[in-house]
Amino acid sequence: MIWVNDIVQGVLLGGLYALFACGLSLMFGVMKVINLAHGDLAVVAAYLAAGLVTVLHMPTALSILVSIPLFAIIGYVLWRTVLQASLNRSVLTTLLVTFGMSIVIENALQQFFSANSRSLSIGALATDHFNVGSQITVGYLDLAILIAAVVVLLGLQLFLSRTRQGRLIRAVADDREAAQLAGADYRHIFGIAAAIAFGTVAVAGTAYGVYTTFDPTTGTTQLLLLFAFEAVVIGGLGSLWGTLVGGILLGVVQDIGAQISTADLLLAGQLFFLLVLVIRPQGITGSRRTA
Amino acid sequence: MSARTRQPASVSAAGLAPGVRVTRSRRSAIWSGLGAIAVIAVLAYLPYRVYSGTTSLLVNFFILLILASMWNLLAGYTGLVSVGQQAFFGFGSYFVLIGALHGVDPFVGLPIAVVGCAALGLVVWWLLSRLRSGYFAIATWVVASVCYLIIIRYPSLGGGTGEFMPGLPNINIKYLDAYIYWTTLAVTAITLVCVYLVLRSRLGLELTAVRDDETGARSVGVRVGRAQLLVFVIAAAGCGAAGALEVISAPYLQPGPAFSVQWSAEMIFAVLIGGIGTIEGPIIGTIVFFALQQWLAHYGTWYFIVLGLIAISVAIWAPRGIWGLISDRLKLFPVGYWLWPAGQRLGPPEAAVAGEDAEQVT
Repeated sequence: MIWVNDIVQGVLLGGLYALFACGLSLMFGVMKVINLAHGDLAVVAAYLAAGLVTVLHMPTALSILVSIPLFAIIGYVLWRTVLQASLNRSVLTTLLVTFGMSIVIENALQQFFSANSRSLSIGALATDHFNVGSQITVGYLDLAILIAAVVVLLGLQLFLSRTRQGRLIRAVADDREAAQLAGADYRHIFGIAAAIAFGTVAVAGTAYGVYTTFDPTTGTTQLLLLFAFEAVVIGGLGSLWGTLVGGILLGVVQDIGAQISTADLLLAGQLFFLLVLVIRPQGITGSRRTA
Repeated sequence: MSARTRQPASVSAAGLAPGVRVTRSRRSAIWSGLGAIAVIAVLAYLPYRVYSGTTSLLVNFFILLILASMWNLLAGYTGLVSVGQQAFFGFGSYFVLIGALHGVDPFVGLPIAVVGCAALGLVVWWLLSRLRSGYFAIATWVVASVCYLIIIRYPSLGGGTGEFMPGLPNINIKYLDAYIYWTTLAVTAITLVCVYLVLRSRLGLELTAVRDDETGARSVGVRVGRAQLLVFVIAAAGCGAAGALEVISAPYLQPGPAFSVQWSAEMIFAVLIGGIGTIEGPIIGTIVFFALQQWLAHYGTWYFIVLGLIAISVAIWAPRGIWGLISDRLKLFPVGYWLWPAGQRLGPPEAAVAGEDAEQVT
């Protein structure tokens, strides 16, 4: 039974990774851009939530109502100014530029907020849990994060398949020139996709801040970007539900690794990712074509 | 590819119009070579004249210069963007440490670390060779993280907290600093000469072709995979050398800083600012890096934020960097070929510097 509990904990941890991966997956799927600053942007979101809680005395859970639109605006503006220009150069330029952004964000956070670690409080919910049977413990917070991941993914899925904007995004992602000929301004559409991706980063960053402590370097030292990317790749590119599966698989593998020894939690996940990359680069759910 | 004929001075290239000549090594290259030797001589004399604080700073400068040159060779010529070169940097340090813990002199450990990192580079390339662009970038980062996670499992190497490296010669600290400085200077000079020779060789020609158009290069028979493998292994070895020098100059080794992605950031910023895809770019970029670091030293990490913003702007709006802005006028280390129209006599260097009478093919 103890193994069942490990798997349950892994699934719950995977919810957090999947939540992180949503934005990365969307930008990669639509613009073919890997945002290497993704992890650090999530840390910015956590700091923003902390600021909103302190200054406006908002409850943490409600702070995302402010931070999501704010991040969406930042995403749109950043895309239209810097990221589109670098994509016009080449895909490699987007890597260099977003990597530079990641390092700049991290050092700027350090300048403004010092290296001390912080956390977001959410009251009793942070530690409360319920038991299933005698061995399985489910934390309310972990479950809430997993549900948030599912809700965000479901929302993205519905948005992309049911709305006019969503159809435009898919059209531009499929064939930019054709969509352009049909009258869609791809730069605006990409900007909207970036805005949505950044909005999900705001949710993920806040969830991370509630889940554990964070400091300015968390984005790179805690490998947030890597976990997000790993969830995307393990699940298979271009599939949002694959991202959820990938995040959960990563969480489960990490939790099983942690049973061997706590230090092996990260190593198990990283080696699993490299294995998938070498054996099945198109991911678990992907078809050969997308590799 | 008629210019592949390998004769040193000048050849009448087959397949071109009669009388057209192809040359390499402009006379300016001789002057740059002499200039480089003079600079190295002056730098080598420095420990007799300046305080060891200055030479220590220069050691850090040279280490970054090596890293930047290696990253430039990799990204600038093969288009492989790695953000995980700290894997080899860290292992370069740890190879020297492991040797020193077993009684190997750190200065002897340095070449061993270089060979070890080249071997590690081979393994990593075997893992990652199918990946491109963003996949490759993130996978290198993951590899670096795996290297870190493996090292911290060994308490004998200091685990996660770090270990002091024994075995440095027990001599006056002034002499030790000078020896470290000279070693670093020598390794840097060797690295730059290697980069120059690689780029002048047939491999360099292939790399330049791959850089400009990978598909086109493939279609004229360039073995792209082999060229990329060679460069990846060279870059791994060079970063290993830099790591070995780092632990020799600062013998307390901690896994966190050794495998930090900060190293990748430093090399990438230096190369982007100086000018990617040129030999001179990393040199200029590293000078700018250290100048800014010294200038803004009192403001914490602001120098790094400024550098990052400059690097981002350069990558988007002036992708050839500082050296790109001047190189149209001047080439210090020419690796290309010059095409001379029929009847054109080889003029004195200054007549051709502007490149108006000879068409340069880089």
